[in-house]
Amino acid sequence: MKPFRIPEGMENGENHVLAQKICRCFPEAYLGATLFRGDLSVHIQREEIVSICRLLRDDADLDFDYPVHITSVDYMGEAERFEVVYEFFSIREKRQIRLKTRVPEDDCCIDSVTGIWQGANYLEREVYDMMGIRFTNHPDLQRILLPDDYDEGYPLRKNFPMQGRGWRDSFDFPH
Amino acid sequence: MAVEVTPEEKPKEENSLPLLRKEELLLNLGPQHPSTHGVLKVIVTLEGEKVVKSEPVLGFLHRGVEKLAESVTYNQFIPHTDRLDYVCAMYNNFAYVRAVEKLLDITVPWRTEYLRTIVAEVQRIIGHLFWLGTQALDIGAMTVFFFTFRDREDLLDLFTELCGARLTTSWYRVGGVERDFTQKFVDDLSKFLVTFDEKIDEYDTLLINNRIWLARTKNIAVISGEDAVAFGLSGPTLRGSGVDYDLRKVSPYGAYDHVEWTVPLGTKGDTYDRYWIRMEEMKESAKIIKQCLAQLPSGPFKADIPQVVAPPKEQVFTDMDSMIYQFKLYTQGFKAPKGDIYCGTEAHKGELGFYIVSQGEGKPYRLKIRAPSFVHMGAFDFMAKGYMIADIITIFGTYDIVMGECDR
Repeated sequence: MKPFRIPEGMENGENHVLAQKICRCFPEAYLGATLFRGDLSVHIQREEIVSICRLLRDDADLDFDYPVHITSVDYMGEAERFEVVYEFFSIREKRQIRLKTRVPEDDCCIDSVTGIWQGANYLEREVYDMMGIRFTNHPDLQRILLPDDYDEGYPLRKNFPMQGRGWRDSFDFPH
Repeated sequence: MAVEVTPEEKPKEENSLPLLRKEELLLNLGPQHPSTHGVLKVIVTLEGEKVVKSEPVLGFLHRGVEKLAESVTYNQFIPHTDRLDYVCAMYNNFAYVRAVEKLLDITVPWRTEYLRTIVAEVQRIIGHLFWLGTQALDIGAMTVFFFTFRDREDLLDLFTELCGARLTTSWYRVGGVERDFTQKFVDDLSKFLVTFDEKIDEYDTLLINNRIWLARTKNIAVISGEDAVAFGLSGPTLRGSGVDYDLRKVSPYGAYDHVEWTVPLGTKGDTYDRYWIRMEEMKESAKIIKQCLAQLPSGPFKADIPQVVAPPKEQVFTDMDSMIYQFKLYTQGFKAPKGDIYCGTEAHKGELGFYIVSQGEGKPYRLKIRAPSFVHMGAFDFMAKGYMIADIITIFGTYDIVMGECDR
């Protein structure tokens, strides 16, 4: 496991009270935190995602009750290719937190947080549909925007062809 | 031979009667039905007329906008946002340019904030008028539709005056807006606002004592505040359940914190409360616009950042630097710093957010659209369970769903 490095242009967010709380409760899963334009992102190990989410929602000080979005980014060529991004908001405390966790391509799965926020159901299905990341323990993991029998991969992956595979370049009709 | 049945011997359950068969019925609703507001299919499991389970089938309008965003520059993506929620293009533009401005860390002149707020609120009124007309039409009250579309058309004429288009407006720009208000726009808008409050009352007279409207909206699709938050609902759908969450108040942008207005909140979380909130929001929007017009500061309508905002055309023809900036902007676009941001904006349907990951290039590395309609559809099965088949239609309506935004 390579040590967490703050990307250039971003501030170190490890002194943020939320990052410290997660670091204290889950020292092994916590990797680091960044601040960019006032947004806090906490990088964590994927194994603890459900426990950390449960802490975020149930802890009286944190109270992150509102799931804003769940999405994924494909960093093709990096060792752990996919990044799953969770954004939560606390309506009472009026603050946001972003969790980022990496998922490797050869074991492309992460635990589902549907049990914590019901709204995560559709958001995770979309991530699965578009990026092909499987959510274990998801109640209904199937494609959502694309047809069920869609067999051409996951469109938001960076290696998805932008111009098709040539099937529709010419139409030859039998005479 | 007649058999006498004593009360004790009467069959207890309906099932035991030999001729009464009970089974679930699978019904396919849509995708092409006028009340599905686009192309939405729902597979409903019915027990009699009661909904047991409903499974929305999305994606008929999926155009891969998020993928498309990765191959166009930041400015080129603005027209694509028009096509998300195609009845309220202005607010989509607004949400997008705000996200890009947050990524670039730029601020816009004061006048721009006011111009943006005014147009965004006009768009909110248009959105709510459209919603009210179609929702009433779905329920069977056709007159409301004619009334609201008459007034919506007046406002769309204003948009034509402003940017030349009724629906696909693309008026917002990163760092400003495309052009300033004309005097005619301000006059027409002020004239519209004089009578608008009476018009809202006029719609109310058609509905507030309408027995069918009340029966079809009161106590329908009830959702508690807690559930609504857990589902990530937003906008009037969330505030109908009494949750005070409006991004215009929570993290103010534009000129919203410089004007007086309130957030209407519902109590029961049913379709009627959400209707009431939208009616109140129209009044609040009119209040915001009136105050903004009165306070409208003078000044430029674009930020003076030539690397990001195109310089005025007159300068391009006379000034060397401006020409270079214009050329670079339209051939390569501007480069955004490395980083990722999420910026949510309170559109009239709910929280419309953009999550942008930049790798320091002229195009977004990843752009995710947090569309309220999509998130709302996640709660559809939960909210429709136990209601009648006819209520399904009003439950689509209560979200103010537009499939262009839902499927992206």
